[in-house]
Amino acid sequence: MSMQTDARREGEAAASVVVVDYGLGNLRSVTRGLERAGAEVEITDDPDAFGEADGVVLPGVGAFREGVENADPIREHLLAVAESDTPLFGICLGMQMLLSGSEEGEDDAEGAASAGLGLIPGTNLRFDQGQKVPHMGWNELSVERDHPLVEGVSGEYAYFVHSYYAVPDDEGAVVATTDYGLEFPAIIADDSGTVFGTQFHPEKSGETGLTILRNFVGLCGE
Amino acid sequence: MVLTKRVIPCIDVDVDDDGNPAVYTGVHFEDLQYTGDPVEMAKAYNRAGADEFVFLDITASAHGRETMLDVVSRVADEVFIPLTVGGGIRTTEDIRETLRAGADKVSITTGALERPGLIDEGAAAFGSQCIVISVDARRRFDGEGDHYVEIDGESCWFECTKKGGREGTGIDVIEWAHEAEERGAGELFVNSIDKDGTKDGYDVPLTRAVCDAVDTPVIASSGCGGPEDMYEVFTEANADAGLAASIFHFEEYTIEETKEYLAERGVPVRL
Repeated sequence: MSMQTDARREGEAAASVVVVDYGLGNLRSVTRGLERAGAEVEITDDPDAFGEADGVVLPGVGAFREGVENADPIREHLLAVAESDTPLFGICLGMQMLLSGSEEGEDDAEGAASAGLGLIPGTNLRFDQGQKVPHMGWNELSVERDHPLVEGVSGEYAYFVHSYYAVPDDEGAVVATTDYGLEFPAIIADDSGTVFGTQFHPEKSGETGLTILRNFVGLCGE
Repeated sequence: MVLTKRVIPCIDVDVDDDGNPAVYTGVHFEDLQYTGDPVEMAKAYNRAGADEFVFLDITASAHGRETMLDVVSRVADEVFIPLTVGGGIRTTEDIRETLRAGADKVSITTGALERPGLIDEGAAAFGSQCIVISVDARRRFDGEGDHYVEIDGESCWFECTKKGGREGTGIDVIEWAHEAEERGAGELFVNSIDKDGTKDGYDVPLTRAVCDAVDTPVIASSGCGGPEDMYEVFTEANADAGLAASIFHFEEYTIEETKEYLAERGVPVRL
């Protein structure tokens, strides 16, 4: 399945971005958000398109296990994107899938099927200190270190919907944090800086979210 | 900083005589006044700092549903904040169609009361985060409930109603809230038939009872007459979000004013 959007036909975009369609979530908002940020967007599950794009977005809403299972056929291709230094941007569940695993998939007998991409070593844990779950709503970002994704962003609000949070093995992977009973990573990135993700939904985070999407498109266009 | 309390304008979408989407707002329960085009209203509220939108299809007709999906798509293409859409959702296919149009969450009332399995199906297929269960609660002062609170010295329970309060179900709201949460609801949307249209404040005992009973986020609705009512339902009932319609539609208060009022009194809001 492949769908090209208006911006692509108009040919005025700053970068071509693939939104990976692996059968989960509302792709309309993230597509429109990226277009607003200046990208030409292709929604596809065709791995050939990943290699040609300037950047790849791994979206996602829902359960970790279902996510990694659905993405299994394209797993090697996503790893190749990371290897090639093409920006790979995971959003929400897509970000959690960048890590090695999750508590959410642990009681699964076929542990292997629940493994994340392992691009950022670490795991995802469930909020279990009496917080209302899911963590749903607007919460504040605290930027911890430089990364092109957070240029012009500091102490602003983003929209979150999730029950699990990422715990990278290396604290240096944390770009921004948010406080929900405990401080958890809101944005993470690998050493190379080209694999990164946001726990919140930039496509639902108003102007702050659009700034982050513009930063991403800018990074893809470099 | 902590998770902020959300201020949500509710937009009831109807169709006008020419078949175009239109928002009408009730004045004193019955008289409906034309308020505007839903897409334009959404854009204006977004600029004013709305945290989210709730769109309700109040036509309960096939044409109304089509109009609604078109409104949702147009809003989703321009406004980058969460959208919840309700009205007449009864099947998994209805949920799918609504999400595909650009909604982030669906709000289900009667469809879930009549077939609770819809909650499980929806949560399994699309995730709990997009399944909002809405209740239209009515106060009852008799012995037929399961969970009682005291209101003005009288013992009261809350009944789930259907068809906007015209039909009772005998189901206790608190029991239903538990069941909905167990089945996979990701949020509860609590309306009060007693308070709807009164503008004399939310049903705080109702909202508090639901918030105390469940761990999922709760949106308080019905009765908001101004920022002080939102303050009350956030601080007295611990609601996660406050919904209002006419105070915003008739420009009695802006969303900015409302959030500033809350912030000055220590309620965390996104400014």
